[in-house]
Amino acid sequence: MSAPRRPMNPSGLERYYVLTKGRSGPGGSASSLDVATLIVSRTAPAPGLQHEHEEILRRCRDPLSAAELGAHLGLPFNILAVLLTDLLEAGHVEARDPIPAHNAGRGPDLALLEEVLSGLQRL
Amino acid sequence: MDFKGFDHSGGPGGGGTRSVKVMIAGGFGTGKTTMVRSVSDIKPLTTEETLTQASADVDHLIGVADKTETTVSLDFGKISLNDTLMLYLFGTPGQERFWFLWNGLFKGALGAVVLVDTRRLASSFRAIEEMERQDVPFVVALNVFPDSKDYPVEEIRDALDIPEHIPVVACDARDRASSRDVLVALIRHLKDRSSIALEPR
Repeated sequence: MSAPRRPMNPSGLERYYVLTKGRSGPGGSASSLDVATLIVSRTAPAPGLQHEHEEILRRCRDPLSAAELGAHLGLPFNILAVLLTDLLEAGHVEARDPIPAHNAGRGPDLALLEEVLSGLQRL
Repeated sequence: MDFKGFDHSGGPGGGGTRSVKVMIAGGFGTGKTTMVRSVSDIKPLTTEETLTQASADVDHLIGVADKTETTVSLDFGKISLNDTLMLYLFGTPGQERFWFLWNGLFKGALGAVVLVDTRRLASSFRAIEEMERQDVPFVVALNVFPDSKDYPVEEIRDALDIPEHIPVVACDARDRASSRDVLVALIRHLKDRSSIALEPR
C-alpha cells in the first residue's frame, strides 16, 4: 500500500534534476508548503515559462491542493515544492495553507468546526 | 493576454476557497486507504515524497545498499464540505517510523482518526502513541472486519490504554456513511475539547 520503495523509474531522477536545475529541496517560502495547501494562479501562463510552471498555472485557475497538483503532474512533493517556490517568489501563484482547528492567539475556531460538521452531515 | 476564468479582484473562480485536513492513521493493513476511498468525492490519488536519507543503508525493505532514494506515499481524498471549504483526507504511511521523514505531516491538521483492526490490536499501538507524542487530537475507530470477534469497546480501550476522554467508535471503513460518521465523531470530539478550553477557570 504505502510502504517505501525504490523509485520505479531511475531516469526520473535525472528528469527531476533538470526540472529543478539541481535544487534538491524547497527553501524559503515553500518549506512551509503543506500537502493540503491550496495553490491559486495569480497570472496567466506567459510565453517563455518553463513547461511545468506553465502547467501549474493552467491547472490552478481554480484552487488546487499541492497534493493533487503533485499527483496530476506525477511529481514527488519535494520536487513540486521547488517549482512552486519559483512561482510564489515571482508572484505567479498564491498559496493558502490549511486552516488549523486551533489558531494561535485566537483560541479554538468553533465556527470552523461547526462548518466542517454541517458539511459532513450533508454527505 | 486574456485569461478566461481568472479574476484579479479575487471574485468567482474559487477566490475564497479554503482547505482543512484530517489524517487517517493506524497500523499496516487497518483500512486507512479503504476509508479514504469510501468517503472521498474524487478518485483517491497518491502523492509521493522522495527521501534522500542515509537511513537507506539500514533499511532492510530496500535491500540494496547503494540506494539512497526511497519513496514514501500518501493516499489522499477530498470532500467538498460546501462551495468554499474542502476537506482533504490523508492516509498515513503504514510504517510509523517514516512519519517523521515527511516534514510537518500532522502540522495544521484538524485532527486524526486512528484505525484499529480488532484482530490485531497491537498493530495500531504505535500510531496511538505517536498521536499523543505529537499532541494531535484523535479518535479511535475500530474497523470491524467480517471475521472480527465482537470486542466490547471498553475491553479494547483497556487493551490499548486509551484515555477516557478519547472517543472509541466502531465502523466499517468500506462504507461511506460509516466512515463519514467516524469523521463526525472526530469533529464533535474537537468541539468538546474546544468548549472545555474556552471555559473560564
